[in-house]
Amino acid sequence: MTQTALDIAADVRARRRSAREVVDEHLATIEAREGEVHAFNAVLAEEARRTADAVDGSIAAGDDPGPLAGVPVVVKDNMCTRGIPTTCGSRILEGWRPPYDATVVERLREAGAVLVGKTNLDEFAMGSSTENSAFGPTGNPHDLARVPGGSSGGSAAAVAAGFAPLALGSDTGGSIRQPAALCGVVGVKPTYGLVSRYGLVAFASSLDQIGPFASTVADAAAALDAIAVPDPRDSTCIPDARPAYVEALQTGADGLRVGIVEELTEADGVEPEVRNAVERAASVLEAGGAHVDRVSVPSAVYGISAYYLIAPAEASSNLARYDGVRYGLRVEGEDVGTMNARTRAAGFGDEVKRRIMLGTYALSAGYFDAYYGKAQKVRTLIIRDFARAYETHNVLLAPTTPTVAFKLGEKTSDPLAMYLSDVCTVPSSLAGHPAMSVPFGTGADNLPVGVQVLAPPLAEVIMLRTAQALEESVR
Amino acid sequence: MEHVARLARLSLTDDEAERMVGELSGILEHVEDLAAIDLDGVPPTAHPLPLVNVLRADEVGPTLDREEVLAAAPDAADGRFRVPRILDAP
Repeated sequence: MTQTALDIAADVRARRRSAREVVDEHLATIEAREGEVHAFNAVLAEEARRTADAVDGSIAAGDDPGPLAGVPVVVKDNMCTRGIPTTCGSRILEGWRPPYDATVVERLREAGAVLVGKTNLDEFAMGSSTENSAFGPTGNPHDLARVPGGSSGGSAAAVAAGFAPLALGSDTGGSIRQPAALCGVVGVKPTYGLVSRYGLVAFASSLDQIGPFASTVADAAAALDAIAVPDPRDSTCIPDARPAYVEALQTGADGLRVGIVEELTEADGVEPEVRNAVERAASVLEAGGAHVDRVSVPSAVYGISAYYLIAPAEASSNLARYDGVRYGLRVEGEDVGTMNARTRAAGFGDEVKRRIMLGTYALSAGYFDAYYGKAQKVRTLIIRDFARAYETHNVLLAPTTPTVAFKLGEKTSDPLAMYLSDVCTVPSSLAGHPAMSVPFGTGADNLPVGVQVLAPPLAEVIMLRTAQALEESVR
Repeated sequence: MEHVARLARLSLTDDEAERMVGELSGILEHVEDLAAIDLDGVPPTAHPLPLVNVLRADEVGPTLDREEVLAAAPDAADGRFRVPRILDAP
């Protein structure tokens, strides 16, 4: 196995290895395999070497470059990087260079991490396979004929392929957890509001959240330590102090009260191997001293319907800004309305257009109450049902995805089939709760399976502990 | 479909519009499962956080550089974004 982020940082800080040596090694891995994986929209080799040299320089000068000193990181290409193209996987932003860094990018730099690339994604994070990128699909490093999941497929694939030990993604309805499961890595969606979204290109603002991918739970905790801080530039970022996640990591499941979510584990389309993984995970925790039983979250079955009304509705509003005026593509027209409509027709891909149309319809006069309004009320029911489950449980278990990685092209002609692959992840998104996927064995065709650990708001510490207990059992 | 496309400022080809009618109908059919739920008296959730009106201190701070921002625009003139005709547009 390649080195973990925490090992790299320890070695670099103790001067056992140079940051430059570490980054060169990762760039060589990228050089060797990126051609077939296509995890990146941009590899920042020169900038990465420069940053690594600066980290080594500061260590030589006796300074501490930070807890992620010399750790190569990659970020999803919907997070702004000053002067570095940020495309969102869309023609409409092709070539745009943001005039500022996202807070998370700033935080990673301050922690001493080395930004190595911008990763591929479904256009504007809309999709579950990374096939909706205007710049071509990403392959799953475990089987290149299969999808890495999405929308943060490039970030998940980059960690799985050893391109970087840490990656950031964004999760609106499962876009970190689902690709993590399909690529066999750890993926964390924190509580809504835990991580600043300043500089994250908005998709669905009441759902979007940034989180890490890593090869171990401890590395994911280290990434959270770096990025989960209050930020006055994001008014939806929780202002309270966060725990120190690496420090708070405990081992063992003793005393945990764990519930298996019936509605998600028994959902239509969940493969037997996946269901089996959840059962085995529960047994592992039980053997470790946890109390395990089944729990019902009845309204979770309405998650997909509520999500695919709320997210497109918010997207249709957020994506109004791509109008050919301030940045990105413009296709000329005789008046401003024609210019707007032509620009958007040429710049957006099929899935984005579909969601804008769906969202605009759900918000339009005469339909608002039946669609968007109803979905918002269902969201309340989901929050209430989870709250009831958490009265008697610390964490919940469910599959992350119903199936292992599917084949490239398998679902591209059937949007609804693609949407249904998010069935297990959307409920916590709608509730704003933290949830994560941890690799737990293999399923059909020997492909990775992820088990999802769900927790109540701001209970990341206990969620990470549960995931670590599962990780230790398969190590 | 035409009306919604106009609201969304999106010009669709006839082929695209036709395909989308089919796809959107399928999705709308799926979300019909919400119609059967009793939602009487259930308040809507717009936002999962119990935070309201988070305000920062009203102090002057750094802002983006105007030239740098305008340099990324498709068209700019005299320190402003430039667009085609707005008034008297057909």
